[in-house]
Amino acid sequence: MTPFAELLDGLVYTPSRNGKLRLMGRYFTTVPDPDRGWGLAALTGGLSLASAKPAMLRALAAERTDPVLFALSYDYVGDLAETCALIWPGDGPRQAPRLSEVVDALGLAARDRVPELLAGWLDGMTAGERWALLKLVTGGLRVGVSARLAKTALAEAFDTPLDEIEEVWHGLKPPYGRLFDWLDGRESKPDVSGLPTFRPFMLAHPLEDDVRLDLGAYQVEWKWDGIRVQLASVGGERRLYSRSGDDISATFPDVVEAAAFEGVLDGELLVRAPDGAPAPFNALQQRLNRKTVGRKMLDQHPAFVCAYDILFDGGEDLRALPLSSRRDRLEDFVARTGSERLTLSELVSVDEWEHLARLRAGTRALGIEGLMLKRRDSAYLGGRSKGPWYKWKRDPLTADVVLMYAQRGHGKRSSYYSDYTFGAWRDESLVPVGKAYFGFTDEELRELDRWVRNHTTNRFGPVREVDKDLVLEVAFDSIHPSPRHKSGVAMRFPRIKRIRWDKPAREADRLEALERMIPAQASIA
Amino acid sequence: MMDPGGARRHIACIMALRTKPEDWISVTDAGIHCRPGNFYIDPARPAERAVITHGHGDHARPGNTDVIATPDTIAIMQARYGEDAGRRFQPLAYGETIELGDARLWLAPAGHVLGSAQVVLEYAGQRIVVSGDYKRRRDPTCPPFEPVPCDVFVTEATFGLPVFRHPEDGEEIGRLLASIAAFPERAHLVGVYALGKCQRVIRLLREAGYDRPIYLHGALAALCDLYGRLGVELGPLRAAGEADKDELRGALVLAPPGALRDRWSRRLPEPVTAMASGWMRVRQRARQRGVELPLVLSDHADWDELTQTISDVAAPELWVTHGREDALVHWAQQKGYRARALALVGREEEAE
Repeated sequence: MTPFAELLDGLVYTPSRNGKLRLMGRYFTTVPDPDRGWGLAALTGGLSLASAKPAMLRALAAERTDPVLFALSYDYVGDLAETCALIWPGDGPRQAPRLSEVVDALGLAARDRVPELLAGWLDGMTAGERWALLKLVTGGLRVGVSARLAKTALAEAFDTPLDEIEEVWHGLKPPYGRLFDWLDGRESKPDVSGLPTFRPFMLAHPLEDDVRLDLGAYQVEWKWDGIRVQLASVGGERRLYSRSGDDISATFPDVVEAAAFEGVLDGELLVRAPDGAPAPFNALQQRLNRKTVGRKMLDQHPAFVCAYDILFDGGEDLRALPLSSRRDRLEDFVARTGSERLTLSELVSVDEWEHLARLRAGTRALGIEGLMLKRRDSAYLGGRSKGPWYKWKRDPLTADVVLMYAQRGHGKRSSYYSDYTFGAWRDESLVPVGKAYFGFTDEELRELDRWVRNHTTNRFGPVREVDKDLVLEVAFDSIHPSPRHKSGVAMRFPRIKRIRWDKPAREADRLEALERMIPAQASIA
Repeated sequence: MMDPGGARRHIACIMALRTKPEDWISVTDAGIHCRPGNFYIDPARPAERAVITHGHGDHARPGNTDVIATPDTIAIMQARYGEDAGRRFQPLAYGETIELGDARLWLAPAGHVLGSAQVVLEYAGQRIVVSGDYKRRRDPTCPPFEPVPCDVFVTEATFGLPVFRHPEDGEEIGRLLASIAAFPERAHLVGVYALGKCQRVIRLLREAGYDRPIYLHGALAALCDLYGRLGVELGPLRAAGEADKDELRGALVLAPPGALRDRWSRRLPEPVTAMASGWMRVRQRARQRGVELPLVLSDHADWDELTQTISDVAAPELWVTHGREDALVHWAQQKGYRARALALVGREEEAE
């Protein structure tokens, strides 16, 4: 438990990605099996020890502390696990259990034995170890590490391509003994054929403005505005994976149930609007990030996959074939197994670049994100190799907004006010419509930082309110209705395009102008 | 036969029966006032006669007429405030007694910072001890706290919650040294309060064998010089502002907390930001400050030290001045003490 607690402590306080990678790398290369495997599982969300509810922690603490003192402490600290960790007398002899001991014992223990087990461990732990244990048993570490970042740390620490780790990942189980045997060089790479594991996506590069491609060599498709997914059905087991390799099957049972085939497809996950057409991204968003999904949600926002590519047909690996051959196989595959839950991405037929540019200009009105251009002779290669595939996204929307608040950044930017909240006019006052923290140059950041410091009207901790005098031109991919925001709208991917030092604040955009940019069929669930 | 001593004791005894502590010590907006001596302790605004417990800005303010304090505290006030430190000074060594009006007064070490003192007041056969700020653990820059048995103990409660338990200093200094060794290409920037914490951290590092130059933000230099003159040896110190970026790789830099995340720190090579404070015990507090390496090093008593001290001085009555007084008052009442919170204005929540 001690190295794991030290790791979590380090991750909590280390803002930089590289720092976090280094800490995790050190953990994975120095901690013995099976502890490091359980630690990896905890970081990647694969360890479900959720054996203690908040009420149990309160009851435990109540046995050791005065209830009034506990309540006052909890008020001050604000986090139950941390309050318990800090207030626990912990004056027993130091003897923290190993992480694997904790996992094993909790796995075997009857529910009513858990408090006793925890209390015994807490007595022999430092405050940091107690915090790590309590975070572990209440679920949700919240140390700023995604599963993908943890896998990246593994890849770097063992000098192994991330793709290869991702490919075997979903065929392995905690505490990942086979994985570490392979990474340590003791065993060959785990064989995951016959398992519905995740295969690394082939990614596209943005097409730069003045580039013209030889359209004869490229297959052109719409770039749909959903999320990229991989639908795998192998050996009777089915999985739906997101771009980052997370298993999101449980969130989309409608799609998974309908995958009555053997094979692996690459496609876009979308939901249907009431008229049957693909709904704007906002509708899909209602269904993302849910652990479980109710009947009503399934009925209101039925999901489907629009297939772009085929990786496996039955057990046959098609990835080395050229795209044109894979496309034939895909058309045949969808014709055999397709349904309203699985459709084929239509090809866009153009022979002139100007025609293509016109189509792109019309994508926003169609609710489409842009165009994809893929070389017909390209094999399916994991990762983002430059050349075979391009994405040509629609132009972003822009608005002139007024800077309202600025917040300090993190890591290297912690001495700069680098996160900006901006607003649009509604009647005579400004309402916040978004937040952006990139898009500007280092020089512009220094200028903005200076401006914020010289125009502060109010301070709230790390946040400064500023004079409502500076206009920012922001670019954003789209804008949607949002009941969670005071303005009633939310922007996707807003970034600072230009600082309008010249423009008077009263000439910035009004909220109504932003509302008019909302796609017509967008509706809120 | 006359027995003046006995008679005096007898009278004192009668007075003690009649006199309540509140009759001669009161808490006003201006601070703690001793009526029979007509003076204030750590007044919040300029007073005719002020007894100052220690040199921190929320206790020692400028502009008093007569200032009574330890010689070290007077030196600190003069270094900070110059002409405004006070008009007349009466240095009082620890244990030396003076009479002010009908009250007797002496100072006992508080172990908080150099010169810090508890104020012991005696009147009408009663003894009240005003602790000022204090801690119980060893501090290589000042003499240790001395418990003084009394009738009323007036205590601080900065860390008056049982979640505050400061670890051993050695552990925290060890973590700092380990981080310096682990990141030889980065500077280590440690936030410290200019008076006390700064010099204590330096002394603890020296005791741990760190003998390289330590770089200081300009705001820390004057008090480090003064500590040196008052006999606290700090080893080689340099001005961080005069060092170039490469010189600061792998170096230890001390700065006031306000400079940690501000423009000043941009001159440092990829600094690891640390902060030496009792508040660092709580993660959220450390993260709010953008601290990467929280060092739980405090000049205030933690919960165990507060409760231990209340037991040691064995005062039946406890007044709690500032901090998280609710919890300490509750604890003391549970243990059978008469305890109450004084609403004292002007103390800084963050300062320590």
